[in-house]
Amino acid sequence: MNPDLIKMIFGRLNLEALPIHEPILVGTFAVVATGGLALFAIVTYFRLWSYLWREWFTTVDHKRIGIMYMILGIVMLLRGFADALMMRLQQAIAFNGADGYLPAHHYDQIFTAHGVIMIFFVAMPLVTGLMNYVVPLQIGARDVSFPFLNNFSFWMTVGGAVLVMMSLFVGEFARTGWLAYPPLSNIGYSPDVGVDYYIWGLQVAGVGTTLSGINLVCTIVKLRAPGMTMMKMPVFTWTSLCTNVLIVASFPVLTAVLALLSLDRYVGTNFFTNDFGGNPMMYVNLIWIWGHPEVYILVLPAFGIFSEVTATFSGKRLFGYTSMVYATVVITILSYLVWLHHFFTMGSGASVNSFFGITTMIISIPTGAKMFNWLFTMYRGRIRFELPMMWTVAFMLTFVIGGMTGVLLAVPPADFVLHNSLFLIAHFHNVIIGGVLFGLFAGINYWFPKAFGFRLDPFWGKLSFWFWVSGFYFAFMPLYVLGLMGVTRRLRVFDDPSLQIWFVIAAFGAFLILLGIGAMLVQFAVSILRREQLKDTTGDPWNARTLEWATSSPPPDYNFAFTPVVYDNDAWWDMKRRGYKRPLTGFKPIHMPSNTGTGIILAGFATVMGFALIWYIWWLAAVSFVALLAVAIGHTFNYHRDFHIPADAVVRTEDARTRVLAAGAQT
Amino acid sequence: MRALKLLALLPFAALLGGCDFVVLAPAGDIAAQQRDLVVISTVLMLIIVLPVMALTIFFAWRYRQSNTQAPYEPDWDHSTQLELVIWSAPLLIIICLGALTWMGTHLLDPYRSLGRIAADKPIESKDAPLNVEVVALDWKWLFIYPDYGVAAVNELAAPVDRPIRFRITASSVMNSFYIPALAGQIYAMPGMETKLHAVANKPGTFRGFSANYSGAGFSGMHFDFKSLSNADFDKWVATAKASANMLGRTDYLQLERPSQNDPVRLYRSVDRDLYKAILNMCVEPGKMCMSEMMAIDAKGGLGREGLNNTLPLTYDKYARRGAPLGASPTFVAGICSMDEIKDAPSHDVLAPLDLTPLRGVGLKRPPFSPAHPSSTSLLLGQRPKSDS
Repeated sequence: MNPDLIKMIFGRLNLEALPIHEPILVGTFAVVATGGLALFAIVTYFRLWSYLWREWFTTVDHKRIGIMYMILGIVMLLRGFADALMMRLQQAIAFNGADGYLPAHHYDQIFTAHGVIMIFFVAMPLVTGLMNYVVPLQIGARDVSFPFLNNFSFWMTVGGAVLVMMSLFVGEFARTGWLAYPPLSNIGYSPDVGVDYYIWGLQVAGVGTTLSGINLVCTIVKLRAPGMTMMKMPVFTWTSLCTNVLIVASFPVLTAVLALLSLDRYVGTNFFTNDFGGNPMMYVNLIWIWGHPEVYILVLPAFGIFSEVTATFSGKRLFGYTSMVYATVVITILSYLVWLHHFFTMGSGASVNSFFGITTMIISIPTGAKMFNWLFTMYRGRIRFELPMMWTVAFMLTFVIGGMTGVLLAVPPADFVLHNSLFLIAHFHNVIIGGVLFGLFAGINYWFPKAFGFRLDPFWGKLSFWFWVSGFYFAFMPLYVLGLMGVTRRLRVFDDPSLQIWFVIAAFGAFLILLGIGAMLVQFAVSILRREQLKDTTGDPWNARTLEWATSSPPPDYNFAFTPVVYDNDAWWDMKRRGYKRPLTGFKPIHMPSNTGTGIILAGFATVMGFALIWYIWWLAAVSFVALLAVAIGHTFNYHRDFHIPADAVVRTEDARTRVLAAGAQT
Repeated sequence: MRALKLLALLPFAALLGGCDFVVLAPAGDIAAQQRDLVVISTVLMLIIVLPVMALTIFFAWRYRQSNTQAPYEPDWDHSTQLELVIWSAPLLIIICLGALTWMGTHLLDPYRSLGRIAADKPIESKDAPLNVEVVALDWKWLFIYPDYGVAAVNELAAPVDRPIRFRITASSVMNSFYIPALAGQIYAMPGMETKLHAVANKPGTFRGFSANYSGAGFSGMHFDFKSLSNADFDKWVATAKASANMLGRTDYLQLERPSQNDPVRLYRSVDRDLYKAILNMCVEPGKMCMSEMMAIDAKGGLGREGLNNTLPLTYDKYARRGAPLGASPTFVAGICSMDEIKDAPSHDVLAPLDLTPLRGVGLKRPPFSPAHPSSTSLLLGQRPKSDS
């Protein structure tokens, strides 16, 4: 066939893009393909496709979307962690002239993919998922402000994840580090598809994240239950509000900087090139103007979770609610004034460096205040050490170490000797694992009974907890040590044999974390099997304080039959104390949004367009773009957007709950 | 202070006696001062971190559910005094740390020339700094000694107790120049110059490397920093002088091609303007130097005619490469000939210091024509667009 024609049809996609010569990738593909086929077969055998499509893929229910986000995050955690294990193994064996088992071409993709996946497709979906699930319930709303947009946002995030995963088997991923600094990421030095996968994966997912940020800001601002003034919002809602404000304000910066990079790569502009007036330092600044707020996007909701958990499990009002809120807001604002601390070593003057160093340190003041607030919430409480509380205590002990090393790195002269070293790696894993991930695990264990009506198995949960926590210390304390020995990040081989022992300890830690993840998966499985013993009929298994515990577990589609009225910032605690009685009569039809498949279709076209642009298949990019517009415009003519749950359906649901509660009260 | 420092190092010392904590025990005064800041800041923060950790454990244990002896106040959620302490304790620490940071950052600014050789050794006029021009290449380091006219790949030597003035750039992508035993790192970036002042106080061989990932050969991008006595340094220079290698522009263009794990190489002579040309990205013949370009722009630019002053790029370190939808890659052709650039009087004209935005000063746009018949850009052949 005419090569020009083939090139027109397939762009630069050809059979060489398939990594058939790389045994590791072929093996991975075999495992993934087998697993995927098995899943496909199971779903087909049990005829679940139509159920999945009707009830899950097209759902606009914030609870189901929240759960799907969590599943996405956990699946991607397995991929991101597999990358971590491979890196740890490579670094543990590549000594004394040994080359390890990963060539640079593969190893460099792995550390890039690890960072990208862990931040964008693990931490972000888990955080967004929890916010999606919990926030509307906590503020007594029926759903988010824009339910369809919520579905679309989720599928865009999935689209980004699909592109990144696809790079594993079709072509390759970026070999640039997770922020893809130019000139290395520019067409001159990275001509392959790797950086394009990076760009379009993040752009597609970024649309989802930005829209979901807008959605949740609107929800929190507009849909709070009557009586819930700003200063009566639960702290998790507060931190979610701040996080989503950060998302709305910072993700457009990421979109813009990646758009500029793609212009450089696709049409030969010179924003970040070495010559023709381009300047890579601009990219470094811009990406960190997004990147630093991103850190707080992740950690603020975790702070919110710890606030809820500490108050609930200490059986006590949160100490210093007002200062907690102000601390959150101060962190939100300050997070925009610190980005330069990621590159003190780029040659800014001493005054600029010290300005950004000091603003960074100032963030530790509100963060420290939060820490003390949790501490004094525990003070004179009655602390129940259930899993969420265990994760919280582990967080408090771990996070202060990460905070301390963070402030240390904010001192520019100290940063000059520690920047880009394994000390830095240890620091940010210390805050992201010890802060964000521990928070998410606390949140998952805390809200799981709300979502599914039964608790997570405590035995496997504790096993997972101890493996994770000890694994974290084994994996990252050696990296602090190595950083002080002047070992830098992203190295593939080493020639100083005295370092090896530390890498072996770190690899052992990673292995413990593997057991922790395994125990967590077993915990889910065991909990599902033992769901009858772990059942919670009250809807409030922890004797908690906020509104989400006022409804049943799992909550009905409409969340609350009657919108609750709030008098106190621990609304549900206050209701319980005042002897709140569930209304049993007077139910009315409830206005609800209808499911729609438009979100998944739009996201599908966006993903195809991303793929086409990555491989220079211009006709496909054009077709999918037109299709994207057509479907979006077509959707505006869809007038079947809402329906009413009839009053007698509400009565049935609520009566069933009354019976369950009565049965629970008797036993 | 010294006692404190020792105290902070004690647990490390006990645990890790055999390891080389180069960041905590460096051989250069700058790195030592940076180490001091690391230690002092850590100690300052431990003042608050340790009590918090202790209180966490204590509260968690004391107020556990099974301990019914402990008081329980479910509605106690505010105390103004406590809030004051909570906010002011970190604030005080940060004020101290902030002051320390401000002073430390200015004193240890890598662009600042040294004020002392070591804590007890003031700088003397005879300690003229050793100039070293550093170029990060794919994936090796080039060190040029303009004072001696020699150069080395993947080996850096300097006399003990003599200030070193590094001027640092890169040929293609970002790297970071870092010798932990000597001083903190600074990025090496193409087309830009960063500076570092440092001094080694102990003889020995230390490790230097790139601390910013730069591509496939990154792991092998390290070198030995040899801190030598004056006599040994002179010997090292003599060895370099005795080597057969010379580093001219064509040799450099060969050298800058990507290669991994390069052996040490010494050069007995270096093109005297090589560093300037690398920095201004005009080692290739016929390419306009950035300094020249900026000087022209500062005077109002070449105007529309300037658009035509480009030639197709044939060589881009790896291969000729362009964006799929863009014009084919080009470079800006030099207007002056190589000889003219070489004869330029000032040795120190680098990137312009005045960074105010380009000002058109109302000069008439110069018509485009080669300034010199032997202009190298003409030598490269036809200029397809120049007449349009």
